[in-house]
Amino acid sequence: MRKVVMDMVYELAKKDPRIFFIGSDLGTEVLKNFKQEMPGRFLMEGISEQHLIGMAAGLAAEGKVVYLNTIATFLTRRCFEQIVLDLCLHKTNVRLISSGGGIVYAPLGPTHLAIEDIAILRVIPNMTILAPADAEEMRRLMPATVDYPGPIYIRLGKGGDPIVAPNVPFEIGKGYVIREGADALIVTTGVTLKVALDAADQLVKENVNVSILHLPTIKPLDTKTILDSVAKVSSIVVVEEHTVLGGLGSAVAEVLMEANFSTPKKFKMIGIPDVFPEGYGSQASMMEKYGITAKNVVETVKKLNQ
Amino acid sequence: MKLDQRSRQLREQMIRVMEKGKRGHLPSAFSMTEVLRILYDEVLRYNPADPVWKERDRFILSKGHGCIALYVLLAEKGFFPQDELWRFCKSDGLLGGHPERHIPGVEWGTGSLGHGLPVGVGFALNAKYEKATHRVFVLVGDGESNEGSIWEAALSASKHKLDNLVVIVDYNKQMTYGTTFEVQDLEPLTDKWKSFGFGVREVDGHDLHGLRSVFSQVPFAPGKPSVIICHTVKGKGVKFIERNFAWHHKSSVGEEEMKLLYEGVNNNA
Repeated sequence: MRKVVMDMVYELAKKDPRIFFIGSDLGTEVLKNFKQEMPGRFLMEGISEQHLIGMAAGLAAEGKVVYLNTIATFLTRRCFEQIVLDLCLHKTNVRLISSGGGIVYAPLGPTHLAIEDIAILRVIPNMTILAPADAEEMRRLMPATVDYPGPIYIRLGKGGDPIVAPNVPFEIGKGYVIREGADALIVTTGVTLKVALDAADQLVKENVNVSILHLPTIKPLDTKTILDSVAKVSSIVVVEEHTVLGGLGSAVAEVLMEANFSTPKKFKMIGIPDVFPEGYGSQASMMEKYGITAKNVVETVKKLNQ
Repeated sequence: MKLDQRSRQLREQMIRVMEKGKRGHLPSAFSMTEVLRILYDEVLRYNPADPVWKERDRFILSKGHGCIALYVLLAEKGFFPQDELWRFCKSDGLLGGHPERHIPGVEWGTGSLGHGLPVGVGFALNAKYEKATHRVFVLVGDGESNEGSIWEAALSASKHKLDNLVVIVDYNKQMTYGTTFEVQDLEPLTDKWKSFGFGVREVDGHDLHGLRSVFSQVPFAPGKPSVIICHTVKGKGVKFIERNFAWHHKSSVGEEEMKLLYEGVNNNA
């Protein structure tokens, strides 16, 4: 996914002279072609994230479209105020490409785990949050980011993630119904789409047919598609690679609570609990540890439907 | 040093803004009045009829709490009607306690410190890239210079040889709690900026001739960003608020104090 996002920055920049790229201190091979062919628009600026965001905002205010890449936690935790004021308040066209969204950097420990990035950003007016499921969805998503107004956060997966999102045109703000079944609804975003699909496959074998709603845009949230999808089921499970506080699960819950359904719905969020994840291992092993797995989704759906 | 009539009148207007809004960072505004006056009277290129004129010089008041001084000058130059001054901090007013970008003539919304210089570096870098001739001026406070982002931006400005960028430090040596020497000493400040690759000049920030002269010399070295360290007095112009820590920010000023403020300015002739 990371390779594709960089390839796309290069392709888009070749066509659009407004596009700048800013990195902090990235790998030496990153966007070599961009640097060679468009040197004035390629900036590798050092480990000074707060400054990078302000500088990007200044460039964007002058009419540029700035793609800025570094590690997710450094962007969202360290630069929260710069994001609020210099990007969101001023509605600047800066695109934050966040490496290692979620628990991609499991072996690197808590400083690198972006388990609350969505929660942090979701509450800021004018922010747009995207979390594609795979590299191909990223390829379809990127052109939509060029002219979309205001700042955008683009959450990157680990890379090499299985290609699972349907090959349909990408629209920012749109949810995608990927499967339709009346027994439950699984709502997901980013790479946990794969978890949802695997769970759905297993459930089919047990004659449980679930719908899957994939929300690669977490903000603005496609509330209409959520409500349409929810109308057909009585059980809803949200699965995400994020703390259960404030992320997609909370966003969906907000919509559901205000819908005031006449018949009750059952609801469960699957994600990282309210703890600093302990231990290391891999993204997969940490997802296993916290139940962000097809197996747990299957069990959760069945339990809700009892 | 006595103030001339224009400096006194500008301060009188600021007192009036504070009287109407019933609050404000008056001493911070007084501290940089001469700097802003010279900038807006003689240095900056701008067009009040077209505040976003492409060739304008960009000015960012990074120490946004001193905005009363900026508002008085912007109103005087015709960016917005004078009447807006008298609705300072009102619920339906244009002008609040910190500058925002919806105000004609305000280049960047500030208030939280340490944001203006990184944004200014972005402006200056863009001008370089576009081979545009406009310049970028960023006024920062001395307390603000405690922020790491100021120095991150300084490194970057130097790396990109932004000789179209001028940083102005309002060095009144007073913070809210106490002096900069007590709270967080910046000295040796000139050496710091020099070591960050800036061309540096120091000037008495209330001396009109000195300010004119120093602004006419930027950039101080080709290929280097400039910094002007302005030695100023917080509250300059009214004796009883000069260097008076009780006056950093006021949200209630009695009638008697208002009278003393007006008298104080006029006694400074």
